[in-house]
Amino acid sequence: MDKNTASQTLTDIMAKFTAYIGKHLPTDVSEKLAELRAAETNTLASAVYSSMAENQELANKLDRPSCQDTGVIQYFITAGSDFPFLGELEESLRNATLVATKTAPLRHNAVETFDERNTGTNTGDRVPWLDWEIVSGDDGVTIDTYMAGGGCTLPGAAKVLMPGEGYEGVTDFVFDVITNRGINACPPLLVGVGVSTAVETAARLSKKALMRPVGSKHPNEKAAKMETLLEDGLNEVGIGPQGLTGNASVMGVNIESSARHPSTIGVAVSTGCWAHRRGKIRIAADLSYEILSHKGAQL
Amino acid sequence: MKKILTTPIKDEDLLSLNVGDVVYLTGYLVTCRDVAHRRLIELKRELPVDLKGLAIFHAGPIVRRKDADHFEMVSIGPTTSMRMEKFEKQFIEETGVKLIVGKGGMGPETVEGCQAHKAVHAVFPGGCAVLAATKVEEIERAEWQDLGMPETLWVNRVKDFGPLIISIDTKGNNLFDQNKVKFNAKKGAVIDRIKKEVRFIK
Repeated sequence: MDKNTASQTLTDIMAKFTAYIGKHLPTDVSEKLAELRAAETNTLASAVYSSMAENQELANKLDRPSCQDTGVIQYFITAGSDFPFLGELEESLRNATLVATKTAPLRHNAVETFDERNTGTNTGDRVPWLDWEIVSGDDGVTIDTYMAGGGCTLPGAAKVLMPGEGYEGVTDFVFDVITNRGINACPPLLVGVGVSTAVETAARLSKKALMRPVGSKHPNEKAAKMETLLEDGLNEVGIGPQGLTGNASVMGVNIESSARHPSTIGVAVSTGCWAHRRGKIRIAADLSYEILSHKGAQL
Repeated sequence: MKKILTTPIKDEDLLSLNVGDVVYLTGYLVTCRDVAHRRLIELKRELPVDLKGLAIFHAGPIVRRKDADHFEMVSIGPTTSMRMEKFEKQFIEETGVKLIVGKGGMGPETVEGCQAHKAVHAVFPGGCAVLAATKVEEIERAEWQDLGMPETLWVNRVKDFGPLIISIDTKGNNLFDQNKVKFNAKKGAVIDRIKKEVRFIK
């Protein structure tokens, strides 16, 4: 396949996929919301869960973005070093965003900083935002596409703790962010926590944590235990859907971590709203693709 | 039975409402968020829509243009109301708006404004933007289009728009403040328990 044809094919696939994820929640999130709805005993919270379910049905039926805030588009790319169209990806993803903005349609959410002008295209300086990881020897590419609205972006926070504060300090930080600022971010939330060295390494990991499925576990036993403790603990607080109180607060807590400097513990929290619109797609070297996040999805 | 508020809303329609009550709206709901508030309060510009007795919606929708003067509401859900806290008390006073619809709580200034001028703040479930759009019968006007799609004042004629959960009533009650007290009362013991289990640095 020549590079021009490949660019067009990549653009076409990713434009359709980007539009798709704005209208349909991933399977793990839908299942979790159904589970929380079934277990809810608070009347007001149950009514809110019903509105949420009705909304997703309508979005599907009317083919519209389920939430009006379709975010600044982010692509987390895990690229095989042997993927033949690595050089075409960036431009294709930019074009995919342009196309999806018109076809979906997406809300115009790219404001050039300092000029304070909305570009009207969802593209701008370094937007859509790309995050890259390279996998040696693989000839395909996996792309996590994410649209986070302003509401669930606002609580995001990062801090560097002294080692004396330990994981106890991490616990305090997570609870502070979620119980003070998470309430307005459309709970039940998926909570992403990064534990690392510095603000930016922890912050990136906290966002990567949101790409992991609801219910998945950190491979380290202690980290996995902490995920469960935080999830159960936050649920005990009973924030409920939209912060109106209820049986649960979160869909889950996902921790991602790296080795750290002995003198610091970088911690960050990112939140995904209940309408956690992300999708994972795997594109092969011949540009055939498989959607991994949404069961039975057709583009 | 559904409790429906119809614009123009009068003081007496609101006096019996309590935080946590669920109501629906029929009539006019005008989108009004950050810049529209700033223009009225800080820049002293006159709003192009008379909001007396009407409802505003803290929202930036997705709208499709049908022709030069007609628009279709595609997707419209609430945005974080707290961003308007700085302006809302004065906004209520100057406009005579009766119902403020948004997401999440608002602060003490808005509570004061609601009490003094008999207005309420209500939450429409965030993220339920298609459900909301289907309750918009027509976009009758679009003002201050220079602000771009999210910030334009979209004048929507709505029917049975809701559920709207009253979060600030006319009596000085604030549902989110009450909830925060509940959350804070529970969280201390939970945190202490977790901390004992995460002493990984030994």
